[in-house]
Amino acid sequence: MVRLISLLVGAAFVGVLAIALFGTVATAISDPAPETAEAKYHQHPENIGLASNGFFGRFDRRQLQRGFQVYKEVCSACHSLKYVAFRDLADLGYSEGEVKAIATQWAIEQPSVNPETGEATTRKNIPSDRFPSPFANEVAARAANNNALPPDLSLMAKARHDGTNYIHALLMGYRAQPAALLKEFPGTKTPTGLHYNPWFANLNIAMPPPLTSDGQVPYADGTRATKDQMARDVAAFLTWTAEPKLERRHAAGLASVVFLLIFCFLAWGAYQNVWRDVKH
Amino acid sequence: MSFPWAKHYEPKQPLMRWLDEKLPLPRLVYNAVGAGYPVPRNLNYFWNFGVLAGAALAIQIVTGIVLAMHFAANAGVAFGSVESIMRDVNAGWFLRYAHANGASMFLLVVYIHIGRGLYYGSYKAPREMVWLLGVVIFLLMMATAFMGYVLPWGQMSFWGAQVITGFFSAIPLVGESIRVWLLGGFAPDNATLNRFFSLHYLLPFVIAGVIVLHIWALHIPGSNNPTGVDVKGEQDTVPFHPYYTAKDAVGLGVFLLVFALLIFFSPNLLGHPDNYIEANPLSTPAHIVPEWYFLPFYAILKSFTADFILPAKLWGVLAMFGSILLLFFLPWLDSSPVRSANYRPTYRIFLIVLLLDVLVLGYVGGAEPIARNVVLGQIAAAYYFAHFLIILPLVAASERPRPLPGSITEAVLAKHGGTSPAKTAIA
Amino acid sequence: MATVDDRLPPGEDPALLAEEVHDPRRRDFINIAAVSFAGVGLVAVVLPLINQMNPSADVLAQSTTEVDLSKIQPGQAIKTSFRKQPLFVRNLTPAEIAAANAVPVNTLRDPQTLAERTKAGHENWLITLGVCTHLGCVPLGAGEGENKGPFGGYFCPCHGSAYDTAARIRQGPAPKNLVVPDYTFNSPTTVTVG
Repeated sequence: MVRLISLLVGAAFVGVLAIALFGTVATAISDPAPETAEAKYHQHPENIGLASNGFFGRFDRRQLQRGFQVYKEVCSACHSLKYVAFRDLADLGYSEGEVKAIATQWAIEQPSVNPETGEATTRKNIPSDRFPSPFANEVAARAANNNALPPDLSLMAKARHDGTNYIHALLMGYRAQPAALLKEFPGTKTPTGLHYNPWFANLNIAMPPPLTSDGQVPYADGTRATKDQMARDVAAFLTWTAEPKLERRHAAGLASVVFLLIFCFLAWGAYQNVWRDVKH
Repeated sequence: MSFPWAKHYEPKQPLMRWLDEKLPLPRLVYNAVGAGYPVPRNLNYFWNFGVLAGAALAIQIVTGIVLAMHFAANAGVAFGSVESIMRDVNAGWFLRYAHANGASMFLLVVYIHIGRGLYYGSYKAPREMVWLLGVVIFLLMMATAFMGYVLPWGQMSFWGAQVITGFFSAIPLVGESIRVWLLGGFAPDNATLNRFFSLHYLLPFVIAGVIVLHIWALHIPGSNNPTGVDVKGEQDTVPFHPYYTAKDAVGLGVFLLVFALLIFFSPNLLGHPDNYIEANPLSTPAHIVPEWYFLPFYAILKSFTADFILPAKLWGVLAMFGSILLLFFLPWLDSSPVRSANYRPTYRIFLIVLLLDVLVLGYVGGAEPIARNVVLGQIAAAYYFAHFLIILPLVAASERPRPLPGSITEAVLAKHGGTSPAKTAIA
Repeated sequence: MATVDDRLPPGEDPALLAEEVHDPRRRDFINIAAVSFAGVGLVAVVLPLINQMNPSADVLAQSTTEVDLSKIQPGQAIKTSFRKQPLFVRNLTPAEIAAANAVPVNTLRDPQTLAERTKAGHENWLITLGVCTHLGCVPLGAGEGENKGPFGGYFCPCHGSAYDTAARIRQGPAPKNLVVPDYTFNSPTTVTVG
């Protein structure tokens, strides 16, 4: 009885799938899905090979400091970094005094309440504060940015596929829309206010090119601030903001793996020892 | 229960004797996973995975309880509280990555455990109840994993909750009301997050309870073995401890090694980048996919694209739930008296095809719905149902199995070759 | 585990097994080593599980508080918060300072002079935690019009501990004076506590 019902149920599912399959194939032949500009022109980022990659990867702190400088002087005008606190900058090699100076001198102040009147106001940042958002809320952010919302950058390196390399590629990826694309897909001309960038998912990004010229961010450590260098540095910085515990993770990982390898070896020995007289 | 030659617990220390008289807990443990449980001597490494699944559940419960001390189940702050775990809580990143990847390890181990059961016929008489309880555990795990994935309140969390509760709206007449009841609103929101957190905390303990039943049911007939032949006598078994505790320690070491590599060197490999974006009810991610362990079922859901008497959506939902529920009937669908696929040449081929089929479904579940992938998914889904509901019963009725060894010991000695006259007996 | 050998069916060559007899001490060693090693690993994993309950980095980072003293008149006190605990900042009048200094130190339960409980040059600023050293209630006396108790300092309503104008315990069950946290004067009118 069970087997009879199962045959019927099985036949029903297989039958409906056969009908669906027929439909899929018929549609694919009669009405094939057109190729899209995104599918053809979207590009995948190349690996920029940061020091933090790999099993033994550690951050290059001078690079992180340069990247922070790029964030501070370029990105922070529109992008928040709301999960990172000023105190976290100590990880980049800044001293306590330097962190405090960065916090108090930060251009955007921390929202606060006037202790006398209770009115909303702002105060200087202190190290325990998170980075303040450049806009009061989403509406204000959209209003100031042609109805586009600049995303928070704290987790950007993990919130996009291959995020670190993506950030670098995107920053370097602005270019004129290829004539071939327009010829092949008329109607996909980049709308006014948007910018063609083949590394962006739909090819047209609202963010204007943020890195416009070499030397835009004057590096104090003597590194030549080429556009590529700035893009690499800020990608490294955002890798740190997304995964600040990376070094500790790698160190704990190496210790764990060595420990477990020894344990496996000992457990194997004990297993052989216990079973030595029993064939199995 | 168990075999007459099973060793009896004889506490040597006065304290243990005292305890055993008042509360025979040491005896219970001794008989369950100690020297009091005789186990076939020929188990291979696939038999490690039950213990590994138990270890994975323990890891999930411990890390989960600890994470719950820091997680805030409120739609306004849940995402931020997970970030604060990752950044500020002492060793929080480790606990969170261990829990997130622990779910994957748990499901991986359980899939291998299920595959072992399918290959060696562990679902067959007299172990039907073990299998049925196992399917219940699997269903509970899926519910727990899904609700856990919603908790970080990222984009995939939110849209996963939206899509999966959407399954219920396929039910005619009452579907939409059920969905609203499940969500506590018209879209996933604070009420959804809170109830999912409550249930996500509860269900693992329910799973632990069903595992106790699963092991209890197992101890009545005793463990199956790679030959599928029943235990004939004392020479066929060894005590669980120290023989299989030692072997399980090796398995546990390898399991933890893989787990450690994931946690420490590739913690986001199995996750989705979109879940690092906070939930936004106004914007759907370009490509919604569930976690890897649900992909085959998701592919089955997506494969039903044609209306036929019932709407396509309802077919998809029925098929997806059916693909798991049919496992409940497996002991009665397969009437072959031979358990191990090693002695069932025809069934073995179909089973290997099924394994590949599920991998294809997994691929299709995560791939973009272009025509090629849809076709692939529809063929693979059809084979899945055909395998269990049509092929399996027919093969069981028509197949000629290979000759079975006379006993477990005979098979072991034949494998080791040499001097045993038993070898010539089966050759 | 000789029992297992005994169970081997007839036909198996016992000579093969006899060759595999090892030194029993070496046998045990590997088992003991594996088990102890697992124990060490377990302890190493338990440590972070315990440590996670310690204050997290964001809690520790907020453990300094800046207080503006410019608005506090002599005789007044304010209640603010330090590490989520109440903090009393009191501007002592000359009379209160004199009263505190008049008490013979050796008669006190927790002997301390006012000078030891304030900063040199800022003896009028008495900064203490507002946490009764008995069982942690917030004593009265910092707010306007609150009961300052029989010694003119603070009075804990929970179990009747009374503190004097140097916030020293004078009467009641509390064992210690109100705690003076670490603090420094950044300027004559601002202090950083913690």
